[in-house]
Amino acid sequence: MSTLAPARSAPPRAPRSLSVTSPRRSPARFFALLALAVVVIAFVAPMLWLIMGSLHRDAGLSVPFGAGWTLDNYSKVMNATTLWTPLRNSLILAGCSAILTVIASSLAAYPLSRYQMRFRRMFLYTIVFSTGLPLTAVMVPVYVMFAHFNITDSIWATVLFMSATSLPFGIWMMKNFMDGVPVTLEEAAWCDGAGWFQSLRRIVMPLMAPGVAVVTIFTFVVQWGDFFIPFILLLSPGKQPASVGIYTFFSQYGAVAYGQLAAFSVLYTIPIILLYGVLGKFLGGAFSFAGGLKG
Amino acid sequence: MTATDVAARPTGTPAGRPARTRGRGPGLVQKLLPLLPAVVLLLLFFAGPVIWSIYTAFTNEALSGVGAGATRFIGLGNFRRMFSDPAFVSSVVRTVVFVIGSAVIGQNCLGLLIALLLRGRSRAVQSTVALVVVGAWVMPEIVAAFCWYAYLNRSGSLNSWLGHVGFHQDWLYTAPMFGVILANVWRGTAFSMMVYSAALSDISPDVEEAASIDGASGFKRLWLVTLPMIRRAIVTNLMLITLQTLAVFTTIYVLTGGGPGTKSQTTPIYMYEQAFKFYNLGYGTAMALILLVVGALFSLVYLRFLNVDEK
Repeated sequence: MSTLAPARSAPPRAPRSLSVTSPRRSPARFFALLALAVVVIAFVAPMLWLIMGSLHRDAGLSVPFGAGWTLDNYSKVMNATTLWTPLRNSLILAGCSAILTVIASSLAAYPLSRYQMRFRRMFLYTIVFSTGLPLTAVMVPVYVMFAHFNITDSIWATVLFMSATSLPFGIWMMKNFMDGVPVTLEEAAWCDGAGWFQSLRRIVMPLMAPGVAVVTIFTFVVQWGDFFIPFILLLSPGKQPASVGIYTFFSQYGAVAYGQLAAFSVLYTIPIILLYGVLGKFLGGAFSFAGGLKG
Repeated sequence: MTATDVAARPTGTPAGRPARTRGRGPGLVQKLLPLLPAVVLLLLFFAGPVIWSIYTAFTNEALSGVGAGATRFIGLGNFRRMFSDPAFVSSVVRTVVFVIGSAVIGQNCLGLLIALLLRGRSRAVQSTVALVVVGAWVMPEIVAAFCWYAYLNRSGSLNSWLGHVGFHQDWLYTAPMFGVILANVWRGTAFSMMVYSAALSDISPDVEEAASIDGASGFKRLWLVTLPMIRRAIVTNLMLITLQTLAVFTTIYVLTGGGPGTKSQTTPIYMYEQAFKFYNLGYGTAMALILLVVGALFSLVYLRFLNVDEK
């Protein structure tokens, strides 16, 4: 029925026999595979610079073939100002906002999932609606507000704002995961006199641990990769995360040290790739990402 | 990536679960208590700025110049200025070109094509393609932008390859809009591909088999059977990628900075420039408000669509 399957549904299996390009007809099959090969090449091509450039001594905007392979680019960026401080800041920003989002959204999801309330539907619609608002546009008024209350360049204020931007989607996912935990399991606890908080903490949360992991990782990954929010709200280099640090590096040394820029980019990207791998395990393969996101 | 990736079934308790309403349920205050942290955060840091923007958009607030000392209410001044500002009007045109070119045509069609081509392929082919396409999507936006900067640059890889056939040029200079559109297609196609793969997998093979027995050719089957069956996914996907593309900043900012001149200056870039380079915060906020309203309209269409189809 739904074109947008929930995360827990089995990964889609392609029909074996009939498709536009049926495997039974070999010319069609040949052209389909050819087209897919073109797609793969076209998608890989822009990434090549990143990997090869980071490993080559003379990397410019294109990388020469032949001798000169080295790890120097990596060792050159591995110092406190260039790499470690920005990465630490990224970790603080993304980590704290992920934790805050998970706490606030699991609390909020509980009544939305468990109780019949008059405003529930309205609230959920508002939540889904606000996930659609363009964040880029919110940044100007947010800056005005931050400047007015004198909280620009504050890591904690930025964390709070980042959590607020992740919350609508977090609440939405968390509520859907929580709907999957049968209420009957809680009833025993209620009979024993457990309140909603104990029931949430001791029964619901452990049972939806994969869901909690998905929300945590997803929020972390989004905030780790975000450039615009810290670019606007954090001004001193000592507080800026890697996304902004890498941009500063690009505008200052970009023209002379492309190899190092590539190495920095690789080191900044690796945690995300790893976390997506973990996320894929929870959601059952790359193809159910959309399903997972569709809640 | 934005957090707009939500879809279907916004409400509804799963069937067969007794709602906890009867008996000695908790009181309303106790029911609402867990919502408090989230609601406070959202009101302070999300709704607050949006409402604030409605006020600021009608003032001449600025960090330098006339509006810096005494911010005052100027009514529709910013909006009048906006629509008589040729730079703003052409930025809107470029944004429309960017959204149609990279989302509606690029990501949407390429995503559908890849999803269709992947049907019935072996697991190895499917995972190779998914790995590469999804890889472009999970990469942080700024890194993706660097990749494309290096790729399209005068001395970049694309040119060093095209040089062999005598076709090299400075893409970001001669065709900046084309460059940013291409980069955004590359980055966003995975989303459409995943939405369509999920939708296509829900179609029972019987339906297409029946059409095939009735003598429908591959293309006819696609046009008359397959596409109508996934129309819901198509509309949802179009709304979501439009919302995502409307707000793209980093890719364009890194690739061209809106240049050369203003040749690739979309509305988010122009808004950024006005607000943070020239410190016309009131004017910038008025533009932000327009973007928010456009985003809200798309978001509403999307919600309404979900609502209608939910029954």
